[in-house]
Amino acid sequence: MGLLSSTVSVTRYRVEGKLEEPILDTIAKGLKENVIKDVDEDISEKRVGWTSFENPFMPDFRGSSFVIGTHMVFSLRIDKKAISQKTIRKHYAIEAAKRLAESGRQFLTRDEKKMIKDHVTDTLMLRIPSTPYIYDLVWDHDSSSLCFFSNLKSANEELETLFSQSFQLSLIRLFPFTIADLTMGLSDGERDNLARLSPTNFTG
Amino acid sequence: MLDISVAYNRYKFLGYEFLTWLWFLIENEQNTINEIVQEPMSLEIGNRIVLENLRKEVLESITIQGDDAGLEEGIMALRKGAVVTEINLVYKGNDFESNFTVKGEGLSISGLKVPQSGHVESRKDMEGAVIEKVYLYNRVLQLTDSLFKQFIRLRGSNDWLSKVVPRIRQWIHS
Repeated sequence: MGLLSSTVSVTRYRVEGKLEEPILDTIAKGLKENVIKDVDEDISEKRVGWTSFENPFMPDFRGSSFVIGTHMVFSLRIDKKAISQKTIRKHYAIEAAKRLAESGRQFLTRDEKKMIKDHVTDTLMLRIPSTPYIYDLVWDHDSSSLCFFSNLKSANEELETLFSQSFQLSLIRLFPFTIADLTMGLSDGERDNLARLSPTNFTG
Repeated sequence: MLDISVAYNRYKFLGYEFLTWLWFLIENEQNTINEIVQEPMSLEIGNRIVLENLRKEVLESITIQGDDAGLEEGIMALRKGAVVTEINLVYKGNDFESNFTVKGEGLSISGLKVPQSGHVESRKDMEGAVIEKVYLYNRVLQLTDSLFKQFIRLRGSNDWLSKVVPRIRQWIHS
């Protein structure tokens, strides 16, 4: 979901760890090394990588193109190819019948069936285009905070993995406990107290 | 710190209690909200509220939806032990209005609408629009942060059980 859309969803993170100086060069390096690669001429079902906020289909991280104001703004792109089981079954049946006719046999071995299914799936994967899913993020390095514009569990999990792999930094999702524990400057006593809390009975 | 997924599940009740407390404040103590946020503003319930009764063996969920929906059924659910798990809010400030939904479990924000930014034609326009949008989103995030942090301070104090919970009970049963 785009941060300039009329309606957005936001998941917030705290960024833990230190980047090597100069920071912008380190981030640019992490982005370039993990940029999305084209999946269309590939048999992969899914590709995940970074892309430019401004031009998500032609990523370019030259210079400080990913810096807007005091924020780093770029996007996570997940390209997926999906083939329905019915399509695979149809092409498998055609291919299996062809092999049987060629060999003059009445049955295929388990290994042959698997090989045909894999071949059919790979061939179809090459033929169909991928669908891109783009999720923007805004990273404020000074406050170690990051806003990811999606609440989708799968997209958030991909973000956490790719971010750690690209920048050697951890993303800690901000939810009730982590907001209290990490962002409020609680004393040790207050944190112990927080950990001991149990649900309130509002009905009396 | 606790393992993240353990902490998420063990303490998600804090998010539900926060939203329940927030509904109580909106209905009864708008001044408290203004004192916490320290700006002239108003906060109202929007067009959706979801309550769940987590104390029963089988999960009971009540969704009240619609622009003019009455919230009586929500109060009834609170009386039976439900808590608010999701709430749509309307935040009005000077020259600013925003509508958004907060889910208690993770305090994630969805359906966030802020005033439209100008038309984007060039890179400069785009940068301006991003800076403006980030500022507007941050206003909403700062609002929920301020309220949640006040809730946590209160929740860990003796005042929670001695003063706040009795007032919430009184509201529920009035």
